[in-house]
Amino acid sequence: MSDSVTITIDGRNIEARPGQTILEAADAAGIYIPRLCSHPDLKPIGSCRVCTVVVDGRPQAACVKPVMDGMVVQNSTPELLQHRRNIVDMMFVEGNHFCMFCEKSGNCELQAMAYRFGITAPQYPFQFPEKEVDASHPDILLDHNRCIMCARCVRASQELDGKNVFQSIGRGFARKIGVNGERALGDTDMAATDKAADICPVGCIVRKRVGFEKPIGQRLYDTRPIGSDIEEVRA
Amino acid sequence: MSKPRVATTSLAGCFGCHMSLLDIDDRILQLIDLVEFDRSPVDDIKHISQRCAIGLVEGGCCNEENVHVLEEFRANCDVLISFGDCATMGGIPAMRNNIPLEECIDEAYRSGPTVYNPQGIVPDDPEIPLLLDKVYPAHEVVKIDYCLPGCPPSADTLWAALTALLSGQPIELPYELLKYD
Ligand code: SF4
Ligand code: FES
Repeated sequence: MSDSVTITIDGRNIEARPGQTILEAADAAGIYIPRLCSHPDLKPIGSCRVCTVVVDGRPQAACVKPVMDGMVVQNSTPELLQHRRNIVDMMFVEGNHFCMFCEKSGNCELQAMAYRFGITAPQYPFQFPEKEVDASHPDILLDHNRCIMCARCVRASQELDGKNVFQSIGRGFARKIGVNGERALGDTDMAATDKAADICPVGCIVRKRVGFEKPIGQRLYDTRPIGSDIEEVRA
Repeated sequence: MSKPRVATTSLAGCFGCHMSLLDIDDRILQLIDLVEFDRSPVDDIKHISQRCAIGLVEGGCCNEENVHVLEEFRANCDVLISFGDCATMGGIPAMRNNIPLEECIDEAYRSGPTVYNPQGIVPDDPEIPLLLDKVYPAHEVVKIDYCLPGCPPSADTLWAALTALLSGQPIELPYELLKYD
């Protein structure tokens, strides 16, 4: 097997290593493919589908699909942009995302994705579902209102912390993050030093007593769209 | 040629968005050169007097009066803009949306920690607009042409939107001016 393959993304030739995913190859080449459930420190699970690209005519999740020599990938067609926008819109109406008082605002990947896509209001009716807040842990807050079911916390706890604090439970609209404790997060072996405490893309798992630390204007996505760091790699 | 008319209103909002409009500072002098204000809390005109070019709606709909006002705006404005998180997403008032209405009323008038109401009276004067089952963002009630989120949208956001429309351009906000907080 040769140690390099060539694929094209939106007509541009990219060198990639066999075994890389499309997402990883694109990142290395300075092409940003939007993503939410994928995280560089975790095994990809292809769950949110925000990273959908068209590979040789078929939709695929770029975060799990390995590169193959000669692949033709489309990343920014009007259809794909609309598809991604639809997913982000659904995430907004299926949760209770009150950005104005959320500690994560300005550093939130879901919000940043909506900003990048230029979403001024979701196109679907708001559901305002009933969700719980679990404040039982002394250092960490779990606010289910904001969860987008990316399962990053589940994977981080298992893969990085060697624990099993979070699980995905239930089906469909009732699906939620459960904790491996008698009642609540405070009964688990979750520690403030866990990697899972900082992995959540939204404001569902946040540290207590550090909210609003950075003033507006200095937060991660206040002035630079999400993905800018990746796009800057491009020479 | 007469100046384009602008109407504004605050529905289920806190007037913060109107404060943000005033926050355009001395550009307000330019604005009154460019437009004529019709119905608005700024001049206290109670109903739209004639066709308006632009309507600005702060707040969503939490009661039937909000719906009536919003319908008046839709019927009389060429371009209708919802501005602020309450108008575009429900906002803070929508926090009641996953609590049954009866429980909300109970908390507010009967059993809240600071309530003194030994007879348990809930105001029901016909003058008081009936609450809706939920708080609705403006675009779930009437067609809205542009949404400007933010809590509140910054003065620069509102200025950019108004000046674009007044010069016949569509509203296209630069990245820094589209915010949800
Ligand atoms: S709590 Fe956060 S990390 Fe876990 S599934 Fe929900 S959004 Fe993802
Ligand atoms: S980032 Fe690929 S499916 Fe979520």
